[in-house]
Amino acid sequence: MKLVIINYGAGNIQSIKFAFKRLGIDAVLSDDAEEIKAADKVIFPGVGEASSAMAKLKATGLDKIIPTLKQPVLGICLGMQLMCNHSTEGDTTGLGIFNVDVIKFSKEVKVPQIGWNEITNLQSEFLTSIPENSHMYLVHSFYAPKCAEMIATTHYELDYASALQKENFYGVQFHPEKSGVVGEQILKNFLSL
Amino acid sequence: MLTKRIIPCLDIKNGRTVKGVNFVALRDAGDPVELAAKYAETGADELVFLDISATEERRKTLADLVLRVAEKINIPFTVGGGISSVEDVDVLLQNGADKVSINSSAVKNPQLINELAAKFGSQCVVVAIDAKQINGKWTVHLVGGKVPTELDLFEWAQEVEQRGAGEILFTSMDHDGTKNGFADEALAKLSELLNIPIIASGGAGKMHHFTDTFINGKADAALAASVFHFHEIDILELKLELKNKNIPVRI
Repeated sequence: MKLVIINYGAGNIQSIKFAFKRLGIDAVLSDDAEEIKAADKVIFPGVGEASSAMAKLKATGLDKIIPTLKQPVLGICLGMQLMCNHSTEGDTTGLGIFNVDVIKFSKEVKVPQIGWNEITNLQSEFLTSIPENSHMYLVHSFYAPKCAEMIATTHYELDYASALQKENFYGVQFHPEKSGVVGEQILKNFLSL
Repeated sequence: MLTKRIIPCLDIKNGRTVKGVNFVALRDAGDPVELAAKYAETGADELVFLDISATEERRKTLADLVLRVAEKINIPFTVGGGISSVEDVDVLLQNGADKVSINSSAVKNPQLINELAAKFGSQCVVVAIDAKQINGKWTVHLVGGKVPTELDLFEWAQEVEQRGAGEILFTSMDHDGTKNGFADEALAKLSELLNIPIIASGGAGKMHHFTDTFINGKADAALAASVFHFHEIDILELKLELKNKNIPVRI
């Protein structure tokens, strides 16, 4: 199993690397297009601000490569958001893999949402073995609204898409690498896709 | 539904936990990594490591500790204590910390909050505020509550939110160590004034203090040290009690 974590300078990739190490997988950090294309599985991480993360991704040229990948690709947190059409954060054009626009929570709720919230309406073989209403750790101010590619729903201010899937592309708003044993199971599920 | 968080705080000196920790089934109670893993297994939602070392090597010792913690535990953690620059934060986040907490350095150089939020995102910037009441006015203090400032708690809290803090860790020096409950009135006022999460700290003694701070204090999370370290309160039992009171928790 060759697992590559895309390393483009935006995100806490150490935690993701360690989470896979606890599962016995030595992930490789890479910004090399050929190495990423040759991987069995690809993780697209990201934390921070959308437009600056997208600028870093573009600087590597990987914005053109990621949408063409054929193996399972998992975007985490900002990684998932960048896989969408657009984000209002920094008016950022995304990779356009998921057909949804990322927007900000309103002032009706505390922003960012920080903490453990439930995932429900779980779909796709990626998530079906996970108990409904499992708690996952989330830290975010922007979200993907409900849409056709939604495979998990979370409620904060309103129901939104906390996981997405289109063909071989998966995205999770939550941090499986920080979500205890259930999070680890989700990473295992991804590895066995 | 977003749950209320229970956060044990570990005081760290030279890479070891300080304050006697009386935790059953630990080989080495002074090892922060082992203690952290124990808390992660037994229901803690998040951990805070507060470094109080004063040695020259403290930055490196702390960075090494963060790496060892990140390797072992599968829940989020925050690191604080003596962090004063973008470079300090960069190392800690790269080594796997989820958030950093700044306190005195934010008061001395408020622009640091803006710089950290711009570079790393608000989600990883926690501003810790220690305050106590002086003539009825909540006054921000530095150096673990020893040095008073001119700052009013509520004005300072609003300023740090505007500058880009993602969360506030408010410790009431009037309540800290008393085990008589959290500063719920001040906490509720902070929650009304601000639109970012507030972590309550200082005063935990009994389980009902947590219920009170989540209901009356409107806190988003509650932090405590000795009641957990000395096993006066079991986190799972606490969460069951909170659930009984219809407070959303992760069990």
